[in-house]
Amino acid sequence: MRRLPIYLLLTLAALFFLLPLYIMLVTSFKTMPEIYNQGILALPRQFDLYAWRHAWSGATIGASNQGIHPFFINSFELVIPAVIISTAIGAINGYILTHWRFRGANIIFYLLLLGTVFPFQIILLPMAWVQGKLHIAGTLIPGLVMVHIIYGLAFTTLFFRNYYVSIPHDLVRAARVDGAGFFRIFWRVMLPLSTPIIMVTAIWQFTMIWNNFLFGVVFTNSDQQPVTVAINDLVDTVTSVHMWNVDMAAALIAAIPTLVVYLLAGKYFVRGLTGGAVKG
Amino acid sequence: MGKLILQDIHKSYGKDEVLHGINIETGENQFLVLIGPSGCGKTTLLNIIAGLEQESGGDILLNDRRLNGLSPKDRDIAMVFQSYALYPSMTVRNNILFALENRKVPKAEREQILMDVARMLQIEHLLDRRPRQLSGGQQQRVAIGRAIARRPTLFLFDEPLSNLDAKLRVEMRSEIKRLHQQLQTSMVYVTHDQIEAMTMGDLIAVMNEGVIQQLGSPESIYNDPANRFVAGFMGSPSMNFLPVVPREEASGLCLRVAGAEGDGNLLPVPPKMQGALRGQLGRRITLGIRPEQITDPGSAREGEALHSIELDVELLEPTGPDTLVFTRLDGHSLVARVHPSTHLQIGSRCTLSFHMERAVFFDPENGSRLA
Ligand SMILES: Nc1ncnc2c1ncn2[C@@H]1O[C@H](COP(=O)(O)OP(=O)(O)OP(=O)(O)O)[C@@H](O)[C@H]1O
Ligand SMILES: [Mg+2]
Repeated sequence: MRRLPIYLLLTLAALFFLLPLYIMLVTSFKTMPEIYNQGILALPRQFDLYAWRHAWSGATIGASNQGIHPFFINSFELVIPAVIISTAIGAINGYILTHWRFRGANIIFYLLLLGTVFPFQIILLPMAWVQGKLHIAGTLIPGLVMVHIIYGLAFTTLFFRNYYVSIPHDLVRAARVDGAGFFRIFWRVMLPLSTPIIMVTAIWQFTMIWNNFLFGVVFTNSDQQPVTVAINDLVDTVTSVHMWNVDMAAALIAAIPTLVVYLLAGKYFVRGLTGGAVKG
Repeated sequence: MGKLILQDIHKSYGKDEVLHGINIETGENQFLVLIGPSGCGKTTLLNIIAGLEQESGGDILLNDRRLNGLSPKDRDIAMVFQSYALYPSMTVRNNILFALENRKVPKAEREQILMDVARMLQIEHLLDRRPRQLSGGQQQRVAIGRAIARRPTLFLFDEPLSNLDAKLRVEMRSEIKRLHQQLQTSMVYVTHDQIEAMTMGDLIAVMNEGVIQQLGSPESIYNDPANRFVAGFMGSPSMNFLPVVPREEASGLCLRVAGAEGDGNLLPVPPKMQGALRGQLGRRITLGIRPEQITDPGSAREGEALHSIELDVELLEPTGPDTLVFTRLDGHSLVARVHPSTHLQIGSRCTLSFHMERAVFFDPENGSRLA
């Protein structure tokens, strides 16, 4: 019985977080007249898929009227290389910072740490300048991909460094005596032990990059924008009536990939954050 | 094969020098033991030999080949770590094969070596397990197997047995010794266990604070210590140290125990040491004598003169093969070692005989050997 208040509190908290999701879901399946005539919490009378279809392939966004699907694809084209490359570089950085220490390694690490507390806005101008110089301004690939890789490196390096410090250095020493070099040790000894931290880093990067709006809006031209920016345009596009159901469906479509990632790999995320590195 | 020469090895970390000029030369196929207290630089020296750390000065020669500057993989050396350092993600088989693959040994030969090593160390049934599925002793065997598979010119061991329980330690100790005989290679073995050092070493280097205190056979280290540090470090229980003052008596040169009331107990100086100690007349010096050299009367060898004194028994520690007697000579505590059949009682008096022939003398200031 003493547990009752706890359950009550947890239920309330869950409701608080789930309510907006519930409203989005039911609204996305309603027709416009229904939205105007029914209470916001009411269930749809019949599940109408029009809003989903329209959001996916018919809605007007900027100059195009193909719905959000081209932008959804843009986001994938952005997120896949950016996550892979930033995770890979972070892993190598972490490996060097822990097991191939060099003079000044600590200073570099602390500078990288600083990178994790920079707000997005700080890098906008310098990055725009760099992109201009490289003639990749406004592009999704490689422009925006590069922005996300660079911004993410501080985080991915930090994750891998903190994981690799707990891997005994004797393993590296043993492998060196056994005749393995820098990359072979990384590949054969370190990487097989790294699944939890790869998962954590990849999920983190996927979520950060997929959900990012600011870099997308600043650094890409209209047809190259990621889905987050497209949703904003969709909502902003002024037509005679505001299609709430279409807005909701589009937002839900954009949220699906992160949800799927969490469902598939979430257990690794929890395990990677709580468990130590290697046992024996 | 395998003759190791270290010439004037120095190592500094920033401003701290941790090795101050190490010189060691081993014979062919010798078993060299490095022993010393924690932090004296044993691991650092081993890492320098292996090429895992860069020396700040000096030369390393293996079979007359200069190793300086070579990377670990080009030194023809294998190493066994205190933590075993088995690769957690690989099976025992792959742990052993890893070094062979790195060296591009042909596959058929690799399999042959694997089977030989597994048989030699009796780990055939463990080949498909991962390290975490092994006991400490089995892990240590695999670690040794991984080193053997390479057939290196030199083996380095960094306290390989210190994580094992006492019984296993004794077993592995003789197993490593047996391997040394079987493989006919040089080994350098770091330990801070003096029993390991005494039982395994052909040559022992006693280190302290980055300096070799003495390099010699187990017998010479034990019986003929170069200084007070070596004398006190080797042997358990430790050697007894007494402050004494040499003086001339009618009967010849004698030692008065410092701090004794009146004359106290005078200890005679055996003839062979008299020359060296005459120079110290009236000066306070340190007498070193091992517990087993203060023992039952009647234990004298032929022609040996014992000096017997009656002392109070303060505490008795039967260890099994012999009994330790804690007593006091002119106010200074002493440990003696007697035969377990000797009948003694705490609080009673007993007669103990001093084998003065075996005693050693040190300068109390710098610990150097006087006689
Ligand atoms: N990377 C390093 N930077 C600075 N000092 C170091 C470093 N590695 C070792 N030292 C110092 O060098 C000295 C010798 O260390 P070493 O590990 O060789 O001792 P050891 O004899 O192996 O001790 P133990 O028996 O505890 O293993 C120690 O004082 C240690 O603090
Ligand atoms: Mg050590």
